[in-house]
Amino acid sequence: MSQDLITETQFPDPDLAYNTIIGAHRDLDDEASGRLNAKLVLILANHIGDMHVLEQALALAKEE
Amino acid sequence: MAEAYQRQSVYAFSYRRSADQDAAEPVTHPVIVVGAGPIGLAAAIDLGQRGVPVVLLDDADRIGEGSRGLCYSKRSLEILDRLGAAKDVVEKGVTWQLGKVFFRDDQVYQFDLLPEGGHKMPAFVNLQQYYLEKYMVDRAAGLDEIEIRWSNRVTGVEQDGEAVTVTIETPDGPYKVRAQYLIAADGARSTVRELLGLDFVGKIFQDKFLIADVRMEADFPAERRFWFEPPFSGGQSALLHKQADDVWRLDFQIGWDADSEEETKPENVERRVRQMLKGRNYELVWVSVYTFQCKRLEKFRHGRILFAGDAAHQVSPFGARGANTGFEDSDNLGWKLERVLSGSSPDSLLDTYDLERVQAADYNIGHSTRSTDFITPKSRTSKYFRDGVLQLSRKAPFAQAMVNSGRLSDPATIDSPLNTPDTDAFAGSARLGRPVPDAPLVDAEGNERWLTNCFGNDFTLLYVEDGVPAPEVEGMDVLVVGRDVLDKDGYLARRFDATPGACYLIRPDHHLAARWRQFDQAKVAAAFDRATGRAA
Repeated sequence: MSQDLITETQFPDPDLAYNTIIGAHRDLDDEASGRLNAKLVLILANHIGDMHVLEQALALAKEE
Repeated sequence: MAEAYQRQSVYAFSYRRSADQDAAEPVTHPVIVVGAGPIGLAAAIDLGQRGVPVVLLDDADRIGEGSRGLCYSKRSLEILDRLGAAKDVVEKGVTWQLGKVFFRDDQVYQFDLLPEGGHKMPAFVNLQQYYLEKYMVDRAAGLDEIEIRWSNRVTGVEQDGEAVTVTIETPDGPYKVRAQYLIAADGARSTVRELLGLDFVGKIFQDKFLIADVRMEADFPAERRFWFEPPFSGGQSALLHKQADDVWRLDFQIGWDADSEEETKPENVERRVRQMLKGRNYELVWVSVYTFQCKRLEKFRHGRILFAGDAAHQVSPFGARGANTGFEDSDNLGWKLERVLSGSSPDSLLDTYDLERVQAADYNIGHSTRSTDFITPKSRTSKYFRDGVLQLSRKAPFAQAMVNSGRLSDPATIDSPLNTPDTDAFAGSARLGRPVPDAPLVDAEGNERWLTNCFGNDFTLLYVEDGVPAPEVEGMDVLVVGRDVLDKDGYLARRFDATPGACYLIRPDHHLAARWRQFDQAKVAAAFDRATGRAA
């Protein structure tokens, strides 16, 4: 049975998580940042390993 | 700035000639404090209450115009309470706890700072800085140990092994005076720092904001409102806070490259304010442009000179970490200076002022930097992430938690050599290296008392009664829960995870220095030596 997408915060320190992602992009140009983001999404999607969750996440990200 | 904005209600003081100006040789005082702003005044009052004579120098003869500092934290209010200056601040100020965050036209998030019950002081009080300074000057005037010298401008600072020699310019010409220790609380543009040729270290962020104070009878409650990309401010952020006398503080981000002179022209200010206030009636009372950087001195102690407040460290205004950290500096320094001056502790205790407050400054600069990164993204990718978080925050709680419009000031937990590491396990909110939480109590006569008001000028051993006679410890006050005070509602028990026989060593600045499940004379004595810098 597949899980649903978790939208509650899971990080004990959300600022730190956010800052870690932003920090990874520091000194990268736009193209390098875009490539980093693509790889990051693929890595995290594989880690989740659940098509149902992936589809829910994509739907949430596409909402206006 | 246009004449129409000039604030009327400044407090003026007079220059008075001091006997020191007629002395053949420079007179030596225990402590000179430079700067009669909130932090310099706090330092002077703290020392004065401890019986240490203080000369407080200020280059002006008045309390400055404009509301400037604004937002005082629970911890600052507790410190002001210890200094006998909190009552007026809380009464005159505006207590608030609700913060709302908007992205473009929509509210995306709100937070409630409503503290858990059982604290004397509210989470935050907003008050114009000139009122705060006036109350503190009044308090200082009640202490014989404090001499405030207005229109005394420092022009030279030198130190030797014995003292600091300060050269001062006055309306009557220059004179010199000496002090065993000097506290530089002379603000962001510190003269003392400049005279010592000291530079800042750390990452520097820059931004520019327009502040407008307006008087209006608003149809909305006292709350903090923050906008990302509001329709009324050309895509930049804006902040609104309520102050006393129905005055509201509006902050508009205008960008580092903005032309300050152009932005403060009445027609340009009025245009922004009108758009933000959407047809409400208001009166403009004060306008200013400010810039900020996040940075600190490498060391806060330079021999006999100790830097505090903005003279030592600066942060962005989001999070109210400027003045609030400054009060914590002064709180940390007062008791240490008294002990060193009286010979109860070695001079090296003052090194721990530097160590502890540099840690706190880094904690605050870290928060401030993260907020600034969020409010002013530094690259296109960073902006994508920021906007993504804001858009998601309407639907996903995890994103709300990442919306950072400033994390409001809270004391750092300090890893200090003055702390004695825990050997027993403790739950609760009290933590080593942090000010202890307050608790409502009842004293032996049945009067209500707050825990934070039970502490004196010295160390306190808080001891939970367990049926055997309470201990006596040389050099500190012992406060027995169950005898001197009763924990009627159990707040203290929960916050300190207090069980019968437990004891807590609390510094004069209310920091928890050590704690045990059972009293042990030798352990308490060792922890006291350690907390006072006397351990070998």
